[in-house]
Amino acid sequence: MKFSFSILSLMFFMFFGLTSVAQENEIPKPLKIYKSANYEVKSFDYEGLEAYMNVKNDTTYVYNFWATWCAPCVKELPSFLKLQEAYKDKPFKLVLVSLDFSKSIEKSLLPFLEKKKMNVEVILLNDPDANSWIEKIDKDWSGAIPATLIVNKNQRKFYEQSFEYEALEKEVKSFIN
Amino acid sequence: MKKFRIALLGLVGVFIFAFTTKDTAAGYEIGDVATDFSLKNIDNKMVSLKDYKDAKGFVVIFTTNHCPYAKAYEERIVALDKKYKKLGYPVIAINPNNPEKNQDDSFDKMIVRAKEKGFTFPYLFDEGQKIYPQYGATKTPHVYILEKTAKGNIVKYIGAIDDNYEDEKAVKVKYVEDAVNSLLKGKEVEVKTTKAIGCSIKA
Repeated sequence: MKFSFSILSLMFFMFFGLTSVAQENEIPKPLKIYKSANYEVKSFDYEGLEAYMNVKNDTTYVYNFWATWCAPCVKELPSFLKLQEAYKDKPFKLVLVSLDFSKSIEKSLLPFLEKKKMNVEVILLNDPDANSWIEKIDKDWSGAIPATLIVNKNQRKFYEQSFEYEALEKEVKSFIN
Repeated sequence: MKKFRIALLGLVGVFIFAFTTKDTAAGYEIGDVATDFSLKNIDNKMVSLKDYKDAKGFVVIFTTNHCPYAKAYEERIVALDKKYKKLGYPVIAINPNNPEKNQDDSFDKMIVRAKEKGFTFPYLFDEGQKIYPQYGATKTPHVYILEKTAKGNIVKYIGAIDDNYEDEKAVKVKYVEDAVNSLLKGKEVEVKTTKAIGCSIKA
């Protein structure tokens, strides 16, 4: 009797233990939170980002890899923001994954966001050993930015290129419709 | 039946040919012979790999003036050249960007940048952007280590300089140094390719 009770309690703990791990996966703990007047940027290492990208719902996510100093990245941002506006009633979410240097977030990323008044979720990927994670995002990614990942529970597609609005919308449509 | 087999063989041949040429177009792989070039250095003289009679090989680095990732590595590139030039592996830096896309990539700005940072190696301008696509460079900085052999300059390593772009003190693995050290000992390079985040090359 005692034995079966301990088995039961073990199963109980295993069950709840696993559930809590799954929940942690959905909302990974950031390495750091950077704050300015209107913005909050959470930073993650690759493991955190992976948990962040672990899609379990019906939403299509667009992850755009960029940096404030990357001219072609900044140039294509308006197309991504326009798409976010156009798809605000659809199961769609845009996340900008910044690769700015972590030591210059207060000087570069936060002032950039304040100046552009961008209404979008921005996170910082702070994991300088890029060789360990680039191929996990996509095996064909050379590491050049801008780059974009579109993913939902059925599909995953990676683009090492710049986007104009029409081309971006066409790709997203193939995920949502 | 025989005709059919020949046709099939021909078809297979065409496929193999198609895929081989596709690979070449996408740039070098480990073991390929790298092309030599004649590119203008910041002192206005033309530089080719064949000018280096005594070199055992080369550390060819596609880099640029303004890219923060390239800037983060400038001092480390100077250190590499100082260490390995005398051992037979000089650094050859090439700016692959089209200055019409970004004025900071102009030849004049290259001269300024090299002086500011005390470059000890040639800093060449890929005029017309003809060399970097042959190598398959996509971003700056992007390293190709070549070993000089009777067959030509063989690609032995492609990728990053080390495993931490942001903090030199936190570097754990020095990919380029490890590769050149192996070549100097006549050994196989262990880590032959790595990847790094970089600024895309502007053609």
